[in-house]
This record gives sequence, C-alpha cells and structure tokens, in this order.
Amino acid sequence: MFSASDLRKGLKILIDGEPHIIVDFEFSKPGKGQALYRCKLKNMITGSQFSNTYRSNDKFEKADLEERKMQYLYNQGDEYHFMDTENYEQLFLTGEQMGDNVNYLVDNMEVQVLFFGPRPIDISLPIFVNLTVTQADPWARGDTSGTDTKPVTVETGYQLQVPPFVEEGDKIQIDTRSGDYVTRVKE
Amino acid sequence: MLDFKGLQLRAALLRLIRRFFHQQGFLEVDTPVRQPVLLPESNILPINSGSWFLQTSPEQCMKRILARNRVNIFQICPCFRADERGSRHLEEFTMLEWYRIDGDYVDLMDDCETLLRYLKESLIIQTEFSDTIAGSCFGTMTVESGWERVTVAEAFAKWGSMSLAAALESDRFDELVSIEIEPHLGLHAPTFLCDYPASCASLARLKKDDISLAERFELYIAGMELANGFSELTDADEQRLRFEEELDRIEQREGVRPVMPNKFLEDLKSLEPAAGIAFGFDRLVMLLLSADLINQVVSFSPDDFE
Repeated sequence: MFSASDLRKGLKILIDGEPHIIVDFEFSKPGKGQALYRCKLKNMITGSQFSNTYRSNDKFEKADLEERKMQYLYNQGDEYHFMDTENYEQLFLTGEQMGDNVNYLVDNMEVQVLFFGPRPIDISLPIFVNLTVTQADPWARGDTSGTDTKPVTVETGYQLQVPPFVEEGDKIQIDTRSGDYVTRVKE
Repeated sequence: MLDFKGLQLRAALLRLIRRFFHQQGFLEVDTPVRQPVLLPESNILPINSGSWFLQTSPEQCMKRILARNRVNIFQICPCFRADERGSRHLEEFTMLEWYRIDGDYVDLMDDCETLLRYLKESLIIQTEFSDTIAGSCFGTMTVESGWERVTVAEAFAKWGSMSLAAALESDRFDELVSIEIEPHLGLHAPTFLCDYPASCASLARLKKDDISLAERFELYIAGMELANGFSELTDADEQRLRFEEELDRIEQREGVRPVMPNKFLEDLKSLEPAAGIAFGFDRLVMLLLSADLINQVVSFSPDDFE
C-alpha cells in the first residue's frame, strides 16, 4: 500500500482495478489547511488521462506490474510479436500499445515487456538504439546557409534531424526517450 | 543551489527586513528551534528530533514572549514541516514572523503593504538588483497602491464552483481555495483574502459582529500564498477547547495523543490584544527572482545533497 505522501511523478498505482501512472504531480497546501496531492494520471492500459486531487489519509494499492526481457520477432499488420528469451513463449502487442516505440524497433532487439498480471500492456526500449540510415540527402560541402541539421530516414522508416555529415548507410545512435540523434556510430 | 546573485539578494532582503522592523521599534528575538511540545495543529506534521520536535513555527515561543513583555517583536528563523515537498514547499523553510501588541489583523495588512513597498523601493535602486526586480512580476505589479482585500465569502461567490457553506459542508474548503480561488489572487496588485471561517483558524480571534468568521487573512501575490496573519485569540479557556479538538484529530490519525502545551496556555492568560503574522521568506525570494520552484531560491535544497 502507498499513502498520499508517497505519491510522486512516475509512481504506478491501482485505480478501479487498472494500473495508472502519475504523469504530473503537484503538492499544495493552502494556509493552515489540508495537504492536497494533485495528480494527473494515465491509465497504463487505455492511455486515457484524468486529474484527481487526493488527501493525506487516502491509500493506494500497488499495481501488480512485472517486466520481462523479450526479443522482438516481427510484425504482422497491427500485431507486434515478441518472444520470451527464457521460456520461448510468444505474444504480441498492438500498434496502439506500442505507440512511438515502433520508430526504434528492429528484428531481434531485446526489450522489456511490461505485464499487468498475465497481460502485456507496454514495452520499454533500451535508452539508446543504433539504427542504419536508409535515406539521406548528400551534404553540400561549403554550404553556409546556416542550417546545421538535415532530415534523414532510418531503417524503421522513422525520420529525424541529424548533423549534415551523416550519410546513407551510416549507423546512428538515437535516444528513444526523446527520439533525438545522439552520435554517429563507427562499426 | 543558489548562484552568487541569488545569495546576494537573499542577504539584501534579510538586511532590509531587519532594518525595516528595527526602524519601526520592533525587538528581534531568537527562540529555540527544538521544542518538547508544540501547539497542536492537525494539518501540520512535525519532524521529530529525539523525543522532542523541530518547530513547525516560532508562534509558541513568540507569543509567550509577547505575553510576558509588552513589546512588538519579530524573528526570521527556519521552520520544519514533515512531508511538505512541492514547487512551493520545502520541509525546511525560512519564516519571517512578527507580532504587534494592541494591533489586530487590519494593522498587519497595513504592515505588509508598508514592508513590501519599502523592500521594492530599496532594492530597485541598487544596481545589482534593479533589472532582476524590474523584470519580475513583483516589479511590474503595483505595490504602491490599490492592494485588494477580498473576503473568503466573496471569493467563493466569484470563483468557486460551489458556495462557501457547501464547500465547508463537504470538507472541500482547502481544495477549492487551492485549485479554484488562489490562481485569481494578486494578479494585478497584491491581494488579501480575509475573514476565514471560524473552523479554519484555530489560534485566531473571532469577529465581534459575526462569530462564524475569524479575523484571519492570507496575502497573495501572483496566485501564490505569501503570508498568514490574524488577530490573536487571547482567551486561554477557549484556546484550550480548540486545542483539545486538534488533539482529538491528531490522536484519531496517529493513535497517540500529543501533550497539551500547558505553559503556553498559562502565559496566554496574560496576553493583551495582539496580532501576529507568518510570512514565507523563501516565497518572497521566488517572486523577486521569478523562480517557479522554491528549490531554486534556497542556498541548498534537499536535491543538492542527493
């Protein structure tokens, strides 16, 4: 059990039988009044968000969440298939559940799949992934137009801005939290 | 962690506040931070220090000094409140507190106006601070005149999604003040929210013409609560009854009944009419530095140690 004073951004709690993550949190306390714990919560299954204000004596159940290491196999239509690397069990998540994660997913990538009870609800990727650039405009040397980035496409179809020296066939590191270019990777 | 300019501003403010109160004939006092018994307030959680407590406010000691010595007093000191951590809350923060003999809450509102005007005028002419102050909401706000005084009932009628009576009835008073009313207060000029329901002012005197209300106010600037002041309750018997109620609430929650501050109640018997106010020093620095987080305006915040 959690009490209201445990509430903070990122905490996962059970509300009406479903896991919720606190995406925004503000402690407030007017004058000599009661402490108020104002939360914006996101349902981790449906993605829907709502705000609620809790009091000091409110209690919360911990969401029964577990992460398992799995390998990405392939996608078929809207289904993204993964395999448990220990017991070879297979399962899939939908495109909606995957969200932006599809931008960084390549075959055989190891990810953490989040389970609510027996049910897979989300995945988390490594913070940094290396992807191959499949399309890039050549860099016009001596270009002094002032732009210091250009758009490229990587093997997953994801487009992002990179420094001008990045070329087709290069491997680049991307931060999956922001989707931003980090560095060029030498193989 | 505060940069050099921030440290300079804090130091300048401390110096100016002391000068202001000295000029007005107030005596500066320094009372113990660690105390064996606290004034019971069920909404404020103390931090233990051995079998004693760190003060949640200097109120107890300052009122005992006031009762024994008829003199206006002030203090700038650290206060500690458990589990208060947010953009405007730290578990350890700095409080400016002052008490006026023969005064009431209206005198304290006047004090606030005079003090903040003095601080603005004094700081804006110092070259190292003038740009910072001029660019802050405190700098652009009219503090020279036109301060607003709004009663709690008026505020509920204007901005509340329910009436004051309904909010009290459903135990949502604090929630509505915090979410629906506070954001509107002190946007053009500093605003006093005054005349709180009697149930929200355990240490305050009730209004003579309406005992459902207490002579208590809060000062707001830019939607932020800066100070809480009231005419002191000087009836020791009435104060004991109110403390019993607070102790009941604490006992219900904690399973342990804290000790009644008997020496305080004893001294309260000799307290003449007076008024006192607690002013959040760090929040004033937040306004002057246009900071969103209280963490940013203290020399060291808890994050600086982790």
